Amino acid sequence: MSSPTQAHRSAEEIGRTATGPRPLPALGAARGAAELSHVDTTLANGLRVLAVRKATVPLVELRLWIPFAGEDRLHPATAEVLAETLLTGTARRDRVEIDAELALIGGDLGAGVDPERLYLNASALADGLPTLLDVLGDVLTGATYADGEVERERDRLIERIAVSRTQPRTIAREALQKHRYGDHPATREVPEADDVAAVTPEQVRALHAASVLPRGSVLVLVGDIDPQAVPAELERALGGWASERSAVQLPPLPELAGGDVLLVPRAGAVQSQIRLSAQTVPRTDPRYPALQLANLAYGGYFSSRLVENIREDKGYTYGAHSGFEFTGDQAVVNVDADTANEVTAAALLETRYELARLGLVPPTDEEVESVRQYAIGSLVTATSSQAGLAAQLMALATTGLGVEWLQEHPKRVAAVTGAQVAEAALEFFAPGRFTGVVVGDADMLAPKLSALGGVTVRD
Amino acid sequence: MADPELVRFTLDNGLRVVLAPDPTAPVVGVSVHYDVGFRSEPEGLTGFAHLFEHLMFQGSESLEKLAHFRHVQSSGGTFNGSTHPDYTDYFEVLPSAALERALFLEADRMRAPKLTAENLANQIEVVKEEIRLNVRNRPYGGFPWILLPPVLYSSFANAHDGYGAFEDLEGATLDDCAAFFDTFYSPANAVLTVAGDLEVAGAKELIQKHFGDVPHRPAPPRRSFAEPPPERELVGEHDDPHAPLPALAVGYRMPDPINDVDGYLAHLVLAGVLTDGDGSRLQQRLVHVEPLVVDIGAGAGLFGPFEARDPDTFTITAIHPPDVPRERVLAALDEELEKLAATPPDAQELKKVTARWAAGLHSEHDRLVSRTLALGAFELLYGDASLVYQLADRMAAVTGEAVSAAAKALRPDARAVLVVNPATTEGTDEQ
Repeated sequence: MSSPTQAHRSAEEIGRTATGPRPLPALGAARGAAELSHVDTTLANGLRVLAVRKATVPLVELRLWIPFAGEDRLHPATAEVLAETLLTGTARRDRVEIDAELALIGGDLGAGVDPERLYLNASALADGLPTLLDVLGDVLTGATYADGEVERERDRLIERIAVSRTQPRTIAREALQKHRYGDHPATREVPEADDVAAVTPEQVRALHAASVLPRGSVLVLVGDIDPQAVPAELERALGGWASERSAVQLPPLPELAGGDVLLVPRAGAVQSQIRLSAQTVPRTDPRYPALQLANLAYGGYFSSRLVENIREDKGYTYGAHSGFEFTGDQAVVNVDADTANEVTAAALLETRYELARLGLVPPTDEEVESVRQYAIGSLVTATSSQAGLAAQLMALATTGLGVEWLQEHPKRVAAVTGAQVAEAALEFFAPGRFTGVVVGDADMLAPKLSALGGVTVRD
Repeated sequence: MADPELVRFTLDNGLRVVLAPDPTAPVVGVSVHYDVGFRSEPEGLTGFAHLFEHLMFQGSESLEKLAHFRHVQSSGGTFNGSTHPDYTDYFEVLPSAALERALFLEADRMRAPKLTAENLANQIEVVKEEIRLNVRNRPYGGFPWILLPPVLYSSFANAHDGYGAFEDLEGATLDDCAAFFDTFYSPANAVLTVAGDLEVAGAKELIQKHFGDVPHRPAPPRRSFAEPPPERELVGEHDDPHAPLPALAVGYRMPDPINDVDGYLAHLVLAGVLTDGDGSRLQQRLVHVEPLVVDIGAGAGLFGPFEARDPDTFTITAIHPPDVPRERVLAALDEELEKLAATPPDAQELKKVTARWAAGLHSEHDRLVSRTLALGAFELLYGDASLVYQLADRMAAVTGEAVSAAAKALRPDARAVLVVNPATTEGTDEQ
């Protein structure tokens, strides 16, 4: 060690004191979160607005969600180019001026897109809100998509797609989407490079005109603001953003049925991605709180059965997780783990074993109390920052929920019984309900996965 | 932001304590920073500081394996730990009703962690999976934090892989763990930080109750990791079997983060002038005007600023298309640095960078976990947690001349250039 001559205690001596083990202190009295002063309204242009005062720091966080689906084969590529070039200029400001104006108010504004929505995320010093909204209104109504900007971002996007498609998690996600949803538009998360290359500035402008629409969209503002004043400010800044049509919703996803896990080859991989998925119910379902607790007990937090088994007991993985994915009014539960080739089949076996065990040997009272406290406490922690609260509210707002749901949720979680958790576990976590993929070195994985069964290995 | 109240004191056993009350939400953050990171690990035991961090979660005299996680989470809390060049931190964020429990948990493993051969073997496997996940199975894994230091630095402390070689990890023994703990994990070598919904007098009492009888052991003498700066351009290459495009990282030595704070801050402002936002100099030229790169970034520290003592690294990283020779990227970089060295940036350009930094710091401190960790790290490295709240003003005071001087110091003949070569064929085996 650093100094071999220096005497140190043995590991056994270190783990022992004269007074012996000590008892865990009890919890103190819990304090509720403060009420949130807020406004939840719809502007004349159809945009739903959720504004919440949270003055912990002199900042404001903005999230805008515009439903942005499209059936056209070129839609994902055009949408991606649109998101990359939305902030590159308007009649009033060029790209550098947009960046400079935002920078001077400590601001950031970014856009992104996925099969369900176009989103804009922004933050700024709170006294810069008028500038932020002015820039936002300007790009929503006047983005120009100059030929040069579109061409350059298109080339860059093609390079970025190449990088993205080498990420194991992207490869696994694409494989899972395709396996569970076929060619539903929801599967087109990363566009094809050839499609991107074919996108023209005219197509991008046409898509903006057709689909960047306020009606059906949601804007969330959280920060050191007066929520009551927000609707008028937004009418002023975004009033010119108007259309009689509504933003384009993604068609409902097909219900997931269980089925074989598909082995997807990735030659030379030193680690495999296990991705399982099953249909569940959304937050508005009365069974959701019990299901939420069942999921936590399965793999939704570190002290879960799955993590304790395949990480802490067997060392098969660095991280294993299960969690919900909400799309429109639907929800699925996903299970993820990345594991070395040698232990992939064994890890899949244990993952399925824990699914079955959750229903057959349901969470004990102690497990239920643990996940209950975790669900309540982690919600308080996650929403104690402006950015965390904004993200949580946006997730709720897309299914029509709002601040009230958030404030009442701890009570719903507190009321869940052990029997309800057991019921949710048996129904929703039955191994037969799951399908999924394993991405990895097929030559190394196939023999053991075939022997395990329930895995489709293609030649 | 109102100047937050900070209470600082030291227990008889040498443990330094920082309290930062904030009643706005019923949550509390607790962290312990130990003054040991991967630069302190012994030769032949690369990755040991991080492996040891994993072991500190594996049980103690009072708690069975897995109990630590369960007690934090069943109190409604979250936890983690992380290993940096010069410190290792452990932290929880919980409902404030669980404050005493968190203090108990941290004191308990500072006093008597149970280090067992079984847990060591298990966590060696977990850490190897972590390295496969973050480095070996992923494009640009370890870029640049693992790959750049061996090009820029020559001493073992500064140059080696902080994640560690598999054979070193596999060779770690229980006695190595015991020696490491006794050397570095003493209360006198640590800082405890409690931030959030706490009442000062009550918190002090609880801290004394749980940490007060952790026996004193002297802190190890602090080693210097100083080494001379490069006297020429150093070049290294790395073949990445998963990467689709070439990449490069340029590493420079920068001012002593502790003893020349303002010089260090000038480099942070320089990083912003170079790559922060569409209007920044390198984004403008290399991404939008010429364009030579897919992405470019600049910054201080291997994981971010303010996490290491001297020597610390200023890095510029870029991913570029294969048909762009890296010499063109480097030449454009040098030209932009020369321009800045000759003509200081004006007030508006500085304001853009420092206003974004101010907002970024507010945002970071709005997350209780980040605020707790920043206070602890600054108390440990700088001996002054309150510096956290002065950073925005001190950055705003950085002059154009200081940024010019920083640009001038980033010389092509005293830097390291790491070149990442992409895979030439799909699906090559690696081992």
